[in-house]
Amino acid sequence: MSHAIANTDNWAEVKAACEAVLPKHILDFIEANHGQAHSESQLIAILHLVQGHFGFLGQEQMHAVAQLAQIPLAKVTGVATFYHYFRLQPRGKHIINVCLGTACYVKGADKLSQRLMDELGIQFGETTKDGLFSLESTRCLGTCGLAPVIMVDDQVYGPVSPAEASLIVDKYLKKEKGAKAEAAKA
Amino acid sequence: MSNPVTEFYQALIARADQTLAERGDAGKTVIQIGSATCEHAAGSLDVMDEFLKHIQSSGREDIAIHKTGCTGRCSKEPIVGVLTPGKPPVKYERVNREVVHKIFTNHIQKGILLPEHALDGSLEEEYQYELIFCEGQRCGRLANLKTYFESKAKEAGIGRGVVKIDTHRCFGTCSGETEGKATHILVRPSKVIYRVYTEKDIDEILDQHILAGKVVERLAIKEKPVAQNFFDLYADVKFFNAQNRVAMRNSGIVDPESLEEYLKFGGFRALATSLSKSDPEWVINEVLKAKLRGRGGGGFLTGKKWQFAAANEEKTRYIVCNGDEGDPGAFMDRGMLESDPFNIVEGMIIGAYAIGACKGFYYIRAEYPLAIKRIENAIRKCREAGLLGENVMGSGWSFDLEIRLGAGAFVCGEETALIRSIEGERGQPKVRPPFPTTRGLWGKPTCINNVETFANISAIINYGGDWFAQVGTQASGGTKVFALAGKVKHTGLVEVPLGTPLKEVVFTIGGGVLDDKALKAIQTGGPAGGFIPAKWSDMEVDFDPLAKAGSIMGSGGMIVLSEEDCMVDISKFYLTFTQEESCGKCTPCREGTTRMLEILEKITSGKGELSDLDRLERLARLCQQTSLCGLGRAAPNPILSSLKHFREEYVEHIVDKKCSTKKCVALIRYQINPETCIGCTVCARNCPVECITGTRKEAHVIDQERCVKCGQCFEVCRFDAVERI
Ligand SMILES: Cc1cc2nc3c(=O)[nH]c(=O)nc-3n(C[C@H](O)[C@H](O)[C@H](O)COP(=O)(O)O)c2cc1C
Ligand code: SF4
Ligand code: SF4
Ligand code: SF4
Ligand code: FES
Ligand code: FES
Repeated sequence: MSHAIANTDNWAEVKAACEAVLPKHILDFIEANHGQAHSESQLIAILHLVQGHFGFLGQEQMHAVAQLAQIPLAKVTGVATFYHYFRLQPRGKHIINVCLGTACYVKGADKLSQRLMDELGIQFGETTKDGLFSLESTRCLGTCGLAPVIMVDDQVYGPVSPAEASLIVDKYLKKEKGAKAEAAKA
Repeated sequence: MSNPVTEFYQALIARADQTLAERGDAGKTVIQIGSATCEHAAGSLDVMDEFLKHIQSSGREDIAIHKTGCTGRCSKEPIVGVLTPGKPPVKYERVNREVVHKIFTNHIQKGILLPEHALDGSLEEEYQYELIFCEGQRCGRLANLKTYFESKAKEAGIGRGVVKIDTHRCFGTCSGETEGKATHILVRPSKVIYRVYTEKDIDEILDQHILAGKVVERLAIKEKPVAQNFFDLYADVKFFNAQNRVAMRNSGIVDPESLEEYLKFGGFRALATSLSKSDPEWVINEVLKAKLRGRGGGGFLTGKKWQFAAANEEKTRYIVCNGDEGDPGAFMDRGMLESDPFNIVEGMIIGAYAIGACKGFYYIRAEYPLAIKRIENAIRKCREAGLLGENVMGSGWSFDLEIRLGAGAFVCGEETALIRSIEGERGQPKVRPPFPTTRGLWGKPTCINNVETFANISAIINYGGDWFAQVGTQASGGTKVFALAGKVKHTGLVEVPLGTPLKEVVFTIGGGVLDDKALKAIQTGGPAGGFIPAKWSDMEVDFDPLAKAGSIMGSGGMIVLSEEDCMVDISKFYLTFTQEESCGKCTPCREGTTRMLEILEKITSGKGELSDLDRLERLARLCQQTSLCGLGRAAPNPILSSLKHFREEYVEHIVDKKCSTKKCVALIRYQINPETCIGCTVCARNCPVECITGTRKEAHVIDQERCVKCGQCFEVCRFDAVERI
């Protein structure tokens, strides 16, 4: 590595430890940015990659990012906490996102939210005990024409009535149960 | 005169033509399928899959599948077009696997159309030719020519089955010279537009074109109007017919992932023109003449902004496309980024050339993964084709683009916050001035424009600033795209000339209020905007009239509210949004929104006092006048405008402790009418807190103490025995 960023005696050690935390594509991205003009501006992009890989931003990962990208940890956490898109806690296997944008709100998103909270027994921002579902809210998915909408993982559903919301959850539950049974058989 | 840019452009077009020819779709039946986030959510990927299967098993090789973006007719998606050479294109709505099977076996295999699935009833009539008469501002006075045509056709015994007559609002082929003297008629599927002055012209069209199948070259206009490709395909659909397509002219007809197709639709001609003149000032002048005002909400003249940036002594300059689209309930920018990404890229390169920028950034919200993917693809293809990077189009000027993702902070749509965010910082606004065109990204002059602003640039260059200016009003040129949603029949994206009356958008295009309820208000501008009461729906949409009415144009969110909506509740909804999104940097906004929200909570829970309204108004004014950035300054708008137009609703909540639309949960309760309850037990089984008791076949009772007012019982009772009071 050409750039000289070692600033502590045990830099090699710290660096190796940090590199063990992050997957290769993220390490490559950080590496490629070194020495580029305004490389520190890529922090948000790095955090997107980390969240994309791990599902959330853990302390350990943020520490590794701070060290390897040579950005103060306070700034990394400051940025991570400022933006709502970043999650600091692990999430369930499936993310159920209820749109709480205006179009969805006037078409009954509040009833939909209530039904999902009842159904899953959790509030927004929480994860079910079995780790299968996290319930989250978002501001407009840009599919207002189909309001009210929910998004499960990457799939958008709309328009969804409270009863249909239950059916959608059931569908994922069944899939999970099926997968479990398969695994047990094997 | 040979010019390296012109040569480059011609070679590019030749290559694109060749690539398209090699695809070998000429003469084939084309099945066109929408592909955008909304289309996917409605199931268009399944539709595509099903068509592929059908084509494969039929063994036919004369059928091609064509992917496009989204037309904006959201509530009818997935939309499928069947384009048979020589026949009017047919569009189907709400297609699913079953309908695919019907379309394939009947329409494609046997030529039997399916009117029951046609988009907006566009196949109610069969016809050989469709004549679409312009009813726009400049042509409208010649409506007598349409009547004349109708009576002549009748005389000649030409009726149903041969011609179908429709109207449209402005093809954009008119000018001051034709005003009041000529009208325009689009003939489908011949793809001809006639400019008609007299009854004699009409006779000629009837005799030659309709009866003998020959185009009347004398009357056909030579220049292709901006949206002709769009209307060749969609002019028989009422939803589109009343619209004007400039920014969205390619949405729903071009393959958003293909540079060659974009070129075929005239893409990058505007950039070639701009670069070949070697005169950035010329570009700025056209944009100034166009009276293009920023579509991100502020409405600042784009040409002026470019002038400021270009005049800066500092030579390292940046250009930024604001694709943060924060208004919750608006999706114009998503639509354009996904459906016509090359057009946005072209507009941005032209802007960069005009201000002399070396680098540009797309700031796109992370919630729009498909938009990001399509812009990434567009940038990559432009780089490969020499439209970006070193020596753009052989002009000697270099420029490149990069994407930066937002991360879910509404305030980052504000330009100084957006700059901080691109720099990798927390997105907190800064005091302006200095404006970004003076000191922006990394301290360098930076020009920030909205997606739709850029979407208009290539049309301005191709058709001229004067042409663009005359499409809109005296003060603002062009069209505006609105995301029509809420309690309206047809939700979707609607593009109309500035100056179009609001009610035309909601009723003529939007089809009116859902379930034919009464219109209460139209909300524009999202959380920063206000409410236009139904009685003002004649108002023309433009920046200044909306602002005068206490709302704002905003970026184009338009939410229709009916008599069933509670204005206090909706105002609270918006304030909850801005309170959560306040970045907390300055006190008036941080504390002001919190205090105002508390008051609204108090009112909607039945604990309000009349003096609260004065306090609310005072706080709102304070927040408006003293906040640091636009978020705080506009946050009180929904409250102030609802207080102005719907004060009686606040008073009702406070004095009568009543919400007549039954939206404010604390002010309603549910009870079962023992007279009408037949004891079917459905409500008891559906109550989430199990607070309904009663035995089968006997009247049930709700335990008011435990009832959480979820309304479930009200929804499920089929005997209307549950009352909401
Ligand atoms: C709180 C806030 C949010 C904003 N959000 C957006 C947005 O999502 N998209 C946008 O284009 N402009 C937004 N703006 C306006 C921008 O600051 C800026 O004026 C605009 O992008 C300039 O482009 P234009 O001149 O082409 O309209 C927002 C402004 C404020 C104060
Ligand atoms: S007005 Fe609100 S959003 Fe803007 S800087 Fe102040 S606290 Fe932040
Ligand atoms: S659902 Fe209606 S009719 Fe049936 S028990 Fe409940 S209130 Fe009575
Ligand atoms: S409103 Fe909800 S909680 Fe109350 S009785 Fe009906 S179902 Fe039960
Ligand atoms: S408001 Fe829900 S998708 Fe836009
Ligand atoms: S008014 Fe008819 S083309 Fe413009």
